[in-house]
Amino acid sequence: MNEILTFSAAEVAPAREAVLAQLGIPPLAALPPRTEGLLDAAATLFAEHVAPVGVMSELPPEVFAQVYHGEGRNARESPLAIIAGRAEHLALFAVTLGQGIGDALSRLFAAEDFALAYMLDAMASVAADRADETTEGRFESALRARGWAAPDGAALRYSPGYCGWDVTGQRRLFATLQPDRIGLTLTDSCLMQPLKSVSGVLIAGPRAIHRFSPTYDFCDRCEARTCRNRLVALYTSLRS
Amino acid sequence: MPVIFELAEAVIQGEPTRVGELTRQQIAAGVAPKTILDDGLIAGMTVVGDRFRVHEIFLPDVLLAAKAMYAGMDALRPLLVRDGIPSLGKVVIGSVKGDLHDIGKNLVGILLKGAGFDVIDLGHDVAPERMVQTAEEQGAAVIGMSALLTTTMPVMGEVVKQLKAKGLAGKVRTVVGGAPVTAAFAKEIGADAYGFDAGNAVDVVKGLVGGR
Repeated sequence: MNEILTFSAAEVAPAREAVLAQLGIPPLAALPPRTEGLLDAAATLFAEHVAPVGVMSELPPEVFAQVYHGEGRNARESPLAIIAGRAEHLALFAVTLGQGIGDALSRLFAAEDFALAYMLDAMASVAADRADETTEGRFESALRARGWAAPDGAALRYSPGYCGWDVTGQRRLFATLQPDRIGLTLTDSCLMQPLKSVSGVLIAGPRAIHRFSPTYDFCDRCEARTCRNRLVALYTSLRS
Repeated sequence: MPVIFELAEAVIQGEPTRVGELTRQQIAAGVAPKTILDDGLIAGMTVVGDRFRVHEIFLPDVLLAAKAMYAGMDALRPLLVRDGIPSLGKVVIGSVKGDLHDIGKNLVGILLKGAGFDVIDLGHDVAPERMVQTAEEQGAAVIGMSALLTTTMPVMGEVVKQLKAKGLAGKVRTVVGGAPVTAAFAKEIGADAYGFDAGNAVDVVKGLVGGR
């Protein structure tokens, strides 16, 4: 499996509540009409500029081990090293919402149109997550279509820069996956361009392989705990 | 209602055109620029900040108010410079080397400007050397650093180290923030302060500058 992924704008378009949550606005908050107007304006800009596309490439464990090792700067111990070792299938992936969104954001910030800029940014961040989740689902579906029989199986994504995988791991990941074919490139500092993009590895196996205790050195310094939220979502999702 | 109160209210309501008009009106009436700034623009933003802190209003309202305040500042800035009226202080901000996430840092910058600081925003992926050098050259009071990745957090410690090595510790104070950053981490690397969100970061910077 080594394929370009296309997404419709509707597939990644975020729910209103998710965008508001991204901005720290509670679901039942009474919003002034001007905030509703910002949401509508951001949705229009989003639809005009989003161009979601991705790439996914399956790889054997020994090749992923080299990708993960990267430049040897990972945390001494990390959950990913253990989880990947228990994987039944692995694939590198990258998705991007395209340069148009980033350009639109730059223009809004330059014009000091902060409120609309943040609304669009929130929308794009949620959309990027939706593209990731869709990619996880497509990986699972592709595996099942060719006979992956894991009743409790699920794929979950992990990215350089998180959970002990050093961000310099992006270099080996990019060299292997070659996401430049979807217009995604890496800067000298391992930052992805366009901005609203995500890369990493999809790890498929029984759900239980993704469980770990957040007791690693870097966990002490992390308050985001998105790993826990993702795990909860994995167990509560309807994906089968 | 006195015009200066109308000006503050226009900031609160996020009305840039009205704020620009009222600011120019106050200038034409001979009101001291510092009074327009403190009792009109900053007073309005202070109310906005207070309401935001207690979740009476939300981020979009704050950002609309910030844009409105900028409209007033555009009219007022030349007069403040002419009269030699200093800002609350210069703050260098940036997302640290290796980190491209700057939406939170941008918000801190917007709110700091709204509070009356001069903000030098170095953007994202900023090397420690550049942060320290800019702060030294610009005579900044504070360096504000943001990171969203656990793997880039250590760069914040490097900035603190470089300030110490240059004898600038205590002269240039440091504040750190970002989703994975904690008060314990700030203490561990020797940063002067930790901001748990953008609004808190502004309060923290005010405290650091006031405590000099």
